[in-house]
Amino acid sequence: MNGLETVRPVNATGPRGTAGSRDPGSAPVIEIRGLRKAFRGHLGFGRTVAVERLDLAVRPGEIFGLLGPNGAGKTTTFKMMLGLLRPDRGEIRLFGRLPTDPAARARLGYLPENPYFYDYLTATEFLDLYGRLQGLGAAARRATIASTLTRVGLVGREHTALRKFSKGMVQRLGLAQAIQHDPELVILDEPMSGLDPIGRREVRDLILSLRAAGRTVLFSSHILQDAEMICDRVAILAHGRLRSEGRLDELISDKVEWFEVSLRGSLADPAGARLVSGDGRQSLWRLDDVEALTEFMVRARDAGVEIVSVWPKRQTLEDLFLDRIERGRRPEGAR
Amino acid sequence: MKTAAAGAQALPRSALPRAQAAIRAIALNTFREAIRDRVLYLLLVFALALIALSRLLSLLTVGNEEKIIKDVGLSAISLFGVLTSVFVGVSLVFKEIERRTVYTLLANPVRRWQFVTGKFVGLLAVLAMNLSLMSLALFGILWLRGESTWALLPGLVLILVELAVITAFALLFSSITNPILAALMTFAMYVMGHLSWSLMLLKAKLGSSASALACDLVYWVMPNLQRLDIKAAVVHGLPLAPGQFFFALTYGSCYALVVLALACLAFERKDFN
Repeated sequence: MNGLETVRPVNATGPRGTAGSRDPGSAPVIEIRGLRKAFRGHLGFGRTVAVERLDLAVRPGEIFGLLGPNGAGKTTTFKMMLGLLRPDRGEIRLFGRLPTDPAARARLGYLPENPYFYDYLTATEFLDLYGRLQGLGAAARRATIASTLTRVGLVGREHTALRKFSKGMVQRLGLAQAIQHDPELVILDEPMSGLDPIGRREVRDLILSLRAAGRTVLFSSHILQDAEMICDRVAILAHGRLRSEGRLDELISDKVEWFEVSLRGSLADPAGARLVSGDGRQSLWRLDDVEALTEFMVRARDAGVEIVSVWPKRQTLEDLFLDRIERGRRPEGAR
Repeated sequence: MKTAAAGAQALPRSALPRAQAAIRAIALNTFREAIRDRVLYLLLVFALALIALSRLLSLLTVGNEEKIIKDVGLSAISLFGVLTSVFVGVSLVFKEIERRTVYTLLANPVRRWQFVTGKFVGLLAVLAMNLSLMSLALFGILWLRGESTWALLPGLVLILVELAVITAFALLFSSITNPILAALMTFAMYVMGHLSWSLMLLKAKLGSSASALACDLVYWVMPNLQRLDIKAAVVHGLPLAPGQFFFALTYGSCYALVVLALACLAFERKDFN
């Protein structure tokens, strides 16, 4: 199968003047204020709060990652953005309009989590159906279907019924319907789900190419490494509440938190160092600051022990994510 | 790769052509879904077999062979049409929700009423196609015997109108409840629609004015499907009352549209959890 094609003309100003306007002053593409959604429990008893007091703004031309564990409220938030669910409280605006307004939805493309599409259709029939619903004329549909299938790596599958597609191919076709009408905003719910490492890299590249062409991308993911690699800004959601939001470089400190040193051999009880693991032939140590590291390396040299590697450890998105989720579990006063 | 050019095509055009395009696209997809479903073919084969059987049944009777063929044929067309409209109609919306295909459909600039209307039009097209195929089979048998078939046409048209009413109910109920309950409720409307005359008998036997008023209310609200049933008249060549066909046609069409509007309203209020 061909890879996702990401090489495409980069329009400096974008089709509607939105390209690259990632500055905080520009009007948000998505604006969410005080959003709340609760669901009735089994047999109508009790209520489960899915989203609570959510405020969010996604600016034009940025890649925004909505992160959170299962049940955090990401998909519920997406559904409210698309008008599939009505919020109990709060307001959502897409391009300044309500999500129920078709004029707002005409400017977005959406890929749901674990998509299932009409398996009796061929790939071409499927994209033709969505092209019609997206308002593309017959000539535009003819022009786009082949090129979009090329772009998502489904060349040669034009006339294959979707029932014969693998999960990864369905995911690619889902991406195709989300981007074929060249929308200004692309909302992707777990777009890497079901893809192998190559497929994940291709989707990452596709998202980056969308940003390069001036589009705005909002996506949710469990895979923090992907988010860390491509997001301009992220929001961490847990138990329906926003735990953190901002630019990655603001949220994740560039400061070295500690050092990990790997030795061929071991040292007996060095001061300021903590043994992480070791079997006599190799050992891994944690050192909390530069002074301790310097002293440790001098001791290792004096003892004739080979230093295999020294890793400065910085905070990762995963560290931040786990910290925020953990804080979310604690009672209000203990945070 | 198209970029801005194709994107500009996606900008909202005027409301009416957009609505028509969305309804047409969903109707076409519904039609494709139904005609690629094996269950439909199974029903169609059974119906065609029953129509063919009417020829055998006519041989077992003395005289009036033509009327037996017409009667059994029209009844088979009506019965299999109702079965198709109930089971396919109920599953159409449910499958879209269950498989979450409705999420991507409604994420597009499509209004919910356009989605329901598209489903209705698509299924009606399937029912019309089935009805045409079954009618051709019946006409074929009658033509072989040198019988006239044109008199059956008003009966066939009203069968299609009745199927439109049933389909609208199937869409309404499948928008508010699970498919089993929706199928039962749709069947209940079909049965009640053919027995609504019994409410007038009940009213005559009830003393209190409140009960009589309730009978009147239910009688006028429930579909009167008997008005659409002129099979006996067309089979036996009985004359229809002046305007009877057009009145039935108008009544059934308006009733189907009202139920369809209710289905759209119910779907409009639905949350997709």
